[in-house]
Amino acid sequence: MGAIFRKEMLGYFTSPVGYIFLGVFFAASGFFFYTTSLSAGSTDLSQLFVMLYFALLILVPILTMRSFSEEKKQKTDQGLLTAPVSLGGIVAGKFFSAFVVYLMGISSTVIYALTVSVYAKPDWSVIAGNITGLILLGASFVALGIFISSLTENQMVAAILSMVAILGLYILQVVANYINVEWISTALRSIAFSSRYYTFTNGILDMSNVLFFISAVVVFLFLTVRVLEKKRWD
Amino acid sequence: MIEVVNLSKHYGDKKAVDGISFKAESGEILGFLGPNGAGKSTTMNILTGYISSTDGKALIDGIDILENPIKAKQKIGYLPEIPPLYVDMTVKEYLCYVYDLKKCKLPRNTHLADICRLVKIENVYNRIIKNLSKGYKQRVGLAQALVGNPPVLILDEPTVGLDPNQIIEIRTLIKKLGRNHTVILSSHILSEVQAVCDRIVVINQGKIVADDTAQNLATSLSSDHRLLVRIDGPKDEVEALIKGISGVEKVIVNTEVEKGVWEYRIEAEENVDIRRELFKRLAQRNWYLLSSRSYELSLEDIFLKLTMGEELSSAEKSKLGNKGGNK
Repeated sequence: MGAIFRKEMLGYFTSPVGYIFLGVFFAASGFFFYTTSLSAGSTDLSQLFVMLYFALLILVPILTMRSFSEEKKQKTDQGLLTAPVSLGGIVAGKFFSAFVVYLMGISSTVIYALTVSVYAKPDWSVIAGNITGLILLGASFVALGIFISSLTENQMVAAILSMVAILGLYILQVVANYINVEWISTALRSIAFSSRYYTFTNGILDMSNVLFFISAVVVFLFLTVRVLEKKRWD
Repeated sequence: MIEVVNLSKHYGDKKAVDGISFKAESGEILGFLGPNGAGKSTTMNILTGYISSTDGKALIDGIDILENPIKAKQKIGYLPEIPPLYVDMTVKEYLCYVYDLKKCKLPRNTHLADICRLVKIENVYNRIIKNLSKGYKQRVGLAQALVGNPPVLILDEPTVGLDPNQIIEIRTLIKKLGRNHTVILSSHILSEVQAVCDRIVVINQGKIVADDTAQNLATSLSSDHRLLVRIDGPKDEVEALIKGISGVEKVIVNTEVEKGVWEYRIEAEENVDIRRELFKRLAQRNWYLLSSRSYELSLEDIFLKLTMGEELSSAEKSKLGNKGGNK
């Protein structure tokens, strides 16, 4: 796992992918920060975190699109899968490397929080909750993106499918609002990643939501292992 | 060291590998010979744990690749048909990565330096793989297989795409490696496996059609009882004359190569040398023997015969048919 993690990290920063991810994330989050907080004269960063869902929608797929699809295309998976490493180790290495780059990106939100604290004392517990939510949301998207990239050889297909999936996980919540049947809308809301995430941005730290995202990560990574395993049996 | 028992791989209805069995002892170089699509790569992919077999067993040093993949994989160095190179890395970065990936315990710098010296890539050690020539990429692929000094090396068409000098270099290297590794290498070039391997397994359409030492296979393929001759003389009479020589099994008139000069292919019984007799008889009739050389039955010829249901001569049958792993 360690070797794969290091190789992936090197890969992110010897190719443009890591820089594009970080650059665009900093630009987008900076812009949201300016419009929702600085120019509005508010120390409440929650709106920024609401908007960041859409930044992740575009950016996380870019981070994960190459993960397994590129290996398959360049036939390097043959080296990887014949090395004395477990599939779980391979998937974990890929996940944590993308996740660390993601964490580098969202670390900028800490700077924004410190910036507003110069003007007035923000509600640190709310900010901590927001950041926790963003970390968990990103982790689940990274796992989802890696899973999707294991399904295809084409990184563009992987990226687009991941974007569609993340958008779909938002739309579930919108659809829920239009459905009058109580239990269906509740069910939809409970699997919509966005509604789970927005409880964090509303300042509520609910353990069930924390567990939800952690389970999502585990499920997607487990599915990725299964996809790799199935390929051997085809 | 390597034992394959009744191995099969089916893709839907297609049988890529169909119940093959063979063994490779330690310190042996085994050649895997067959035309494209014969099932060579599939077999190698099963042996290395990249894909799984539909049926049968593959044991590496007694360890089943399906039951204990990580332990079995530790014993194998694999060079696939397309070397698994991360082209954006430098050779050094790549080999260090492979070193880490294989959890190699040997001292890193000296071990990698030894390998680079062996496969002659020291001078490109700090270059990006993308920019290397095909020959160097192939050698980096080989270096990658050697990391960790595994007792078994599986090389899938290691000389494809190299220039003649590089081919000779790689062959010499493989021979050298064969002294303290078990090597399985695949190829569709007969002379290549003949030059390098101790034993040859010929595979076609997923089945083993011959399993023999390189020496035996070589003698059966290049003995003096097959001649290609050019004779200046009337075609039909010359043909009759050749047929009259005792021991001649078959005469085929090829083409008229010059005016009045025809080329003939002669197959005689095994261990019968008809060259002197042929010369004498032609001289008596005042016809001229312009050239005479023995021709080798190429792998392709053997294949055509073995697989297209064409009749094998008695000599070939005894050489190929009854030996070893033929099923």
